[in-house]
Formats: sequence, structure tokens, C-alpha cells
Amino acid sequence: MLMVENLSTSIGGTPILEGLDLSVGAGEVHAIMGPNGSGKSTFAHALAGRDGYEIGGTATLDGVDLLAMDPEARAAAGLFIGFQYPVEIPGVNNMYFLRTALNSVRRARGEEEIGARDFLAVAREAMELVEMKKDFLNRSVNAGFSGGEKKRNEILQMAIMRPRLALLDETDSGLDIDALQIIAAGVNSLRSPERSVVIITHYQRLLDYIKPDVVHVLVGGRIVDSGDHTLAHYLEDHGYANFVNHDPDSAPGRPLTGTAS
Amino acid sequence: MSIQLTSNWLGTQRTGSDHRSIAPLSSKRGHAMTRTSQEINDLAEASYEYGFSTDLDTDIAPPGLTEDTVRLISAKKDEPDWLLQWRLKAFEAWQGMTEPDWAKLEIAPIDYQALSYWAAPKQKPVLDSMDDVDPEIRDMFDKLGIPLHEQKMLSNVAVDAIVDSVSVTTTFKATLAEAGVIFCSFSEAVQDHPELVREHLGSVVPVRDNYFAALNSAVFSDGSFCYIPSGVRCPMELSTYFRINSQNTGQFERTLIIAEDDAHVSYLEGCTAPQRDENQLHAAVVELVAKDRAEIKYSTVQNWYPGDENGVGGIYNFVTKRGRAHTDAKISWTQVETGSAITWKYPSVILQGDRSIGEFYSVALSSKRQQADTGSKMIHIGADTTSSIISKGISTGRGQNTYRGLVKVMRSAENARNYTQCDSLLLSSDCGAHTIPYIEVKNPTAKVEHEASTSTVGEDQLYYCRQRGMTEEDAMSMIVNGFCREVFDELPMEFAVEAQRLLSVSLEGSVG
Ligand SMILES: Nc1ncnc2c1ncn2[C@@H]1O[C@H](COP(=O)(O)OP(=O)(O)O)[C@@H](O)[C@H]1O
Ligand SMILES: [Mg+2]
Repeated sequence: MLMVENLSTSIGGTPILEGLDLSVGAGEVHAIMGPNGSGKSTFAHALAGRDGYEIGGTATLDGVDLLAMDPEARAAAGLFIGFQYPVEIPGVNNMYFLRTALNSVRRARGEEEIGARDFLAVAREAMELVEMKKDFLNRSVNAGFSGGEKKRNEILQMAIMRPRLALLDETDSGLDIDALQIIAAGVNSLRSPERSVVIITHYQRLLDYIKPDVVHVLVGGRIVDSGDHTLAHYLEDHGYANFVNHDPDSAPGRPLTGTAS
Repeated sequence: MSIQLTSNWLGTQRTGSDHRSIAPLSSKRGHAMTRTSQEINDLAEASYEYGFSTDLDTDIAPPGLTEDTVRLISAKKDEPDWLLQWRLKAFEAWQGMTEPDWAKLEIAPIDYQALSYWAAPKQKPVLDSMDDVDPEIRDMFDKLGIPLHEQKMLSNVAVDAIVDSVSVTTTFKATLAEAGVIFCSFSEAVQDHPELVREHLGSVVPVRDNYFAALNSAVFSDGSFCYIPSGVRCPMELSTYFRINSQNTGQFERTLIIAEDDAHVSYLEGCTAPQRDENQLHAAVVELVAKDRAEIKYSTVQNWYPGDENGVGGIYNFVTKRGRAHTDAKISWTQVETGSAITWKYPSVILQGDRSIGEFYSVALSSKRQQADTGSKMIHIGADTTSSIISKGISTGRGQNTYRGLVKVMRSAENARNYTQCDSLLLSSDCGAHTIPYIEVKNPTAKVEHEASTSTVGEDQLYYCRQRGMTEEDAMSMIVNGFCREVFDELPMEFAVEAQRLLSVSLEGSVG
């Protein structure tokens, strides 16, 4: 479904990603782990088409070249980013925002738009998934939301947009255990053979609730290792020290685990 | 409250699928900047689609302003002598006055002798029914989306339509009359209710108030008149629609709204003008009188032609609006100002009676070369009076937007309260926003609060919306509309929808 080859990204002339390869099959859940500043968020934004990035290499979703498209076209192609730092939009009603978002991608795909009444049903269902209070929809987008509410709002949006590929960037950071479980349950219920999920995280904690098919280690702008979920436990215990400043092929001290698909 | 104006009535039709056909901007940095100037022109031109003029057979006075001009206007309207004398007094005052120069505006000199002060579409003098309205005028209003045919109107809005200087029709008169409400053109009021006009005309805005008010008092041609008797809640929204059609004419309307004790009224005004290369002067005066416990809500959506990118053409909108609130009365001004080359306008409330309330909610957009110097004046005289000012200024292109407001608390105003919030949004690098609050407090018990902010639409906000599938244009207009939310919430619902569309259309081409 997602094929990324030799992806490089520089910001203002500074290289951040250098030769990143990643392939995610339909219905799979992958985790990307890596130290702070290793380029995890940059990877998400490079795929989403954020302004100001110089990009090399290729990235396709269902065979379609993502890198040639505007951000909104990438969204319409089925790419969804759960933002590490969700953005506040004062005065814009959350429900209106969600409906506009959904109808924008539907329109781009040549599908019929959803009216306010039908949308309410869609939104209600999605809200239950992430256990949100009703008043949530009538507040301004992320404005004055707590950290946890913002993250839940991202999952709510994902549940409404029903993307082909969701890339969740540190959706677990700053959440207490209850919120973490709610989010994990939300993501799990959205797992389907048609949908792939990439979870960017620091901690294997979330991966106890959402079991990934493959875990990748991103260090120095590249995927330096991939394995099954036990890799996450290994990282939790040993940190990234063994991957930093080493040739990934000779990364020592770790038992071999499964391989990337 | 239900009003159902057809959707394009404020000059905002260019939305929907048409609006969306604009080529998406590329995400690659710099590409947006390289959009051809043709594209940008198309966007800019498309955004004022009420620029047509209608070929009406019009009765126009020769240019020039002398005492004879004032006499001519008064005679054309068959006015009583007291009104002619009132006009002449104003004319004399005006001659001794000079244009205000304190506003942060660059105004090309206005040659008052080159203007024509009387233009009226020629038509049958007496209208027995709406069917008698000149078909060309009816077509013009149809094109603007304003139905003048009562039988065609599903809406619960009474409309007074004013072309150039003259009221051409007022709808729903009979329904209103049943409730005792008088809603008619100013000229009719002078003929039919001279005592009411004489009592209140100039009682809130005296002839010498300012240069443009004096000019208006001398040469005003028509406008709307509303009278709501004691205890009556006006059964429908009252609405006046202003249209400048003729070339080289000034438009000087006079509006007077009187709400007697315990009366309620909500009044809406909308404005458009044809696209013309020369500037046109619009100097209106609006006076509101809210007696004890009365409530007047006055909403304006102003979309006069703003001129082009180079500042050629456009309306000079120099307007004096003021209300007097008696005991326990409430006056609320809401304005959405997106048009005009220059806006000079400070809707005000004199909080005369104890516990009276004054409100001002404003969105002012300056794009292209537009200049807006606008705000409010709240004059606290009575005890326990409360006022609030919420001003949202949006600047883009090379637009200049100034909030200028006065909060004055007189010695008599025990426990007066004012809250002022001025937010500015900057959307381009060549535009400007300025906030100039004046606060004069003569009573130590007063509480006056002022908050101001200036922000830009963040790249991160646009990116967030685009990641959710919205085009850059849609995202921009959503974010800007969010910025204006508190003001739009004050508008009657259908008007709020129109105001949002209008804003979106006015912003087209300002992304990138
Ligand atoms: N807009 C930017 N301009 C310059 N450097 C940036 C920018 N965004 C990110 N970086 C740098 O890129 C590197 C990777 O950042 P990021 O992708 O956010 O890391 P992660 O998400 O893995 O913590 C960091 O060194 C960061 O400082
Ligand atoms: Mg990050």
C-alpha cells in the first residue's frame, strides 16, 4: 500500500532524512521508534506535503505518486496524519471543521457530499469510539483543549475520515493510562484489511495495546532496523544507543527478530 | 425569527461549485507566487460581480452645490418649509466647515462641485402596487437577488429598496401597518408623518456634528424611516437595500429609526454599487432613538465596490451612525464591512438613560488598496450603563485597517462598564493594521477594559486544514471566518451565512 524508497528530506539546506525506505502492506500496523530529533515527524510531514521541505526519492500510496500532489490531494488519496502537535483554530466549530474535511475529500474523489444531519450520525458514532462528550463537537477546533483532548480529537478525525493510511505521530505522548487505552481501542477498532496504520512513538507502552506487525527503528534519518513487536521491548530496555552512530547492518547486542515485510 | 432572502442578495453568489473551480495552489514553496497575473486578475475581478450598471432613465441634476441645489432638492420632494430651512441651515454650517483630517486615511481631494446631488430613476410617480415598479428596476433587483414582489416573497423581511437617491419600493407595508409599525421611505415619512420626523430629525446627529453629516443634512435625498409604537415587537425584520447606479452622483441617505417605550426592532441594511473607475461619494446619516426599555438591533453588510488593485475607483463611504439609548434601552450595532475604497465610520451609542446598554460588533476587511478607519464611540451618561465593543479587522493585499474607538464616561455615569476587544488579522506583507483607542473617564467608579491582539493566519493552521483535505482557499476562508465568529454570531442567521460567503469571496486571491 505505502511504498517509500530512498526518501530524503532537507529543511533549509539541512538534511534530516537520508535514504529512508519503508513498505507497509494493506491492513498492516507498523511502528516507527526512534530517539528525539531523529526525523520521525519530518517523515510524516514529508509524506503529507508540508511546505518548505526539499524532497528526494519516491513515495507512493496504492501506486499513486504522493510527492507530486498538493497536501489536500494526498489527503483525498487516503493519507491521514495524526499530528504530534494538533493545531488550534479559534472560532471554527469542531463539527463544522470535521464535516468540511470529510466533504472536501469526498468531493475530490467525486463522491457525494454528506449533509449536516447525516454527518451528525457519522460524528456520533465516531465520538463513541473515542469516548468523547457531546459538547466536544461544538467547541472550537483544539482551542483550549487539554493535551489528551487534542490527541483524542485526532483519532476522532481519523475515525471520520476513514483513511487508507493513518500515520499517528506520538499520539500517545502525554496521555494517562486511561486515555491511552481509549485511543488504542479506537485505533484497534479502525483496523481493517483496507487500512494501514503507522504509529510513531517513543514508548513501547502503546504497543502493548496496539500490537504492531512490524517495528522499525529510525535513527539519523534512516530506518536502521526492522523487526517484530519484540524489537519494541528491546528498545525499551536498551534504548537506541546501539543504533546511534553505527552501521545498521552490524548493530550488535540484539537477538535477531522477524524481518520487515 | 425566520428570514429567507435569496442567497445572493449581498453580492456573494460567486461561491459553491464555481468558487471551487479555482486551480488548486501547489504546495511547492514559491509556486503560489508564480501564479500568472492573469489568474490573479480573474480572481480579483470575479470577486465583485455586482459591478454591473443598469440603464435606467434617470433624472439627474447638473453637477454643483449651491443654495439653489438645496432648494431644488427640497422642491423636487415637495418638502414643507421647516425642512427646507433645516437643510439651508445645514448647508450654511457645512460651508464653514472643513473635511476631517484626523483619520488614518489617504483621500484624493473631493471636488464637491463636480458631483451631482440629485439622481432619481424616472418612473411613474405613484405606485399603486408592486407591479407598478419599473420593470427595469425590478430586473436590477432580481439580478441582485432581492425580490421586490410581495407575492414572490416567501421571506419574513420587509424591504425598502433605494436606487441612487430615491426609494423605489417598500414591501410588506400592509402587514406592518397592522402592527402599527411605520416603515417607509424618508420622503414619504416627511409627507405622511411630518410631526415624527420633525421631532427626531437631527436629535441624535446634529447638523453641525461633522463635515459629512452637515453635507448630508443639506442635500440628503431619501432613505428609510421606521417607527415602532410603544410595546410593539416588530413582526418582521426590516431591511433597506441601497444601490448606487448613476455615475458622478453622490448618495446621501438619511435613516431614522424610532422605537418607543418597550418596542423592539431588528433592522438590516445591505449595499452594492456598480464597478466604476471614478470614486463615488456616499455620505449617509443614521439616527436611532431607543426610548425606555426599547431595543434596536441594527445590522449592516456593506459591499460597495472597493475599487481595483491599483486603487482606481470605489466608493468613499463616509457615514455617521449614532443612537440614543434611554433608560433600560439597548442599542446594538453589528457591521460587516467588506466593500468601499475608503470607509470612515464610527457607529456610536449615547448611553443616556440609566442602565442602558450599547453594543458594537464589527468585521472590517481591507484588501487591494482599501482603507478602513472605523470603530465605535460609547458615551456613558446614565448610571450603571454598559457598553461592549468587539472589533475584528482583517487586512490583506495593500489594505489598511484602523480601529478607532472612543469610550467616554461622564461624571454622571456611576458604575459605568465598558469592555473593548480589538483583534487584527494580517494576511499579507504589504497590509497594515492599527488600533487607536481613546478612553476618557470622568467618574472614578467606571470600569473600562481594553484588549487588543494582532495575529496572522499561521502556515501551520493552513497546513493542518489541507492535511484534512481542504484547499488552501477554503482553509483560509474557514480560518478567517473563525476569527470573525463572535461578530457573525450577532447577525440574524441568514445574514450571517451571507456575510461568511461575502468574506470568502472578498478573500479570493489573497492566499499565497
Ligand atoms: N522547520 C524546521 N527547520 C529546521 N529544522 C527542523 C525543522 N523541523 C525539524 N527540524 C529538525 O529536524 C530534526 C528532526 O526533527 P523531527 O522530525 O521533529 O524529529 P522527531 O519527530 O523524530 O523528534 C531535528 O533536528 C529538528 O530540529
Ligand atoms: Mg516528532
